[in-house]
Amino acid sequence: MERNLTHIALFAALIAVLGLVPKIDLAAGVPITAQSLGVMLCGTVLGARRGALAVLLFLALVAAGLPLLSGGRGGLGLFAGPSAGFLVGFPIAAFVAGWVVERTTLTPAIAAGAGAVIGGIGVLYLFGITGMSIALGKSWTEASYLALAFLPGDIVKAVLAGLITQAIARMRPGALMSRA
Amino acid sequence: MLTLTSPVETPFHLVPAGAKMASLCAITAGLIAVSSPVLLALILLGTVGLMAAGGRVFLLQGLRLLRPLWPFVLIVGVWHLWTAELGEGAVILLRLVIVVMLANLVTMTTRLSEMIGVIERLTAPLGRIGLSPRLLALAVALVIRFIPVLAERVGQIRDAIRARSPRSPGWRLVVPATLAALDDADHAAEALRARGGLG
Repeated sequence: MERNLTHIALFAALIAVLGLVPKIDLAAGVPITAQSLGVMLCGTVLGARRGALAVLLFLALVAAGLPLLSGGRGGLGLFAGPSAGFLVGFPIAAFVAGWVVERTTLTPAIAAGAGAVIGGIGVLYLFGITGMSIALGKSWTEASYLALAFLPGDIVKAVLAGLITQAIARMRPGALMSRA
Repeated sequence: MLTLTSPVETPFHLVPAGAKMASLCAITAGLIAVSSPVLLALILLGTVGLMAAGGRVFLLQGLRLLRPLWPFVLIVGVWHLWTAELGEGAVILLRLVIVVMLANLVTMTTRLSEMIGVIERLTAPLGRIGLSPRLLALAVALVIRFIPVLAERVGQIRDAIRARSPRSPGWRLVVPATLAALDDADHAAEALRARGGLG
């Protein structure tokens, strides 16, 4: 019980700290933020329920006014703006990613990568594009064009999530709570 | 840890957090019914006026919080210029800016402890399935306590990687950072158990 609480709190702190790291520039010149990678890791490392709770805790603190989102953003304004859909989708994406890792017996790299694609891209974009279409007054398909720009970066992020989860599974086998 | 609450005291600081959030929801819902650009522009001026009532520093902080919106304003603006639907574009953008400004006003005039209180009250029904508000308070305290700890650890990891390679660390520091989080979580859990656990 204590272990659950501290892991949820520490991973919420990890998401915040990864937001302080400058944007990661990939070989193709597409920048990705380490923070969304952290959100995926909450799911793939902690499992569905704990991962979602960690992300929810993080979002609660952002809503309460802490500037924890990458770029020092925070406050209720973010939940009223066009990115609100993505913010709402984060805990659900982490849940789905963790669910995929928990339910399959594939190697962590593949399971986490698949979870990050289904959760971090599929589910997240569903919520994010819906949020953008509402806030910007565009149709769903029009808003999806805006989100497409981030797709290459997110695919790389999914692969990274798989590799990182695999590394953690090797270095701290007991700590991978999604496969405990 | 610095919050986004404004140090400048305004009358809004005295309004209870729950009332502010409820009015925010009500106004947001009401704005959907307004479709005249002129009326929305007036409402926007009124909102800016509310912020200006807190003084110059307060107003500047409020305007700075709007910065994340600029790419969207640009995209929607250019979009509607292209399709020559300026009126509709103005309505969308005005509504967006008003709602975000009002939400930021709530954030700037509500202390962190008050917001946590609102969240505690909202999650109180979950107490029946075992998620007591005391756990939430402890979790919040842990997150706030550990962010500087992890940030320093990540700084050390970055320095270590940069000492060994000319390239910027990038994603390579996520593995050590996550391991640091896992180890700290285990130690904190032991410390909690040593002090009587969560009961």
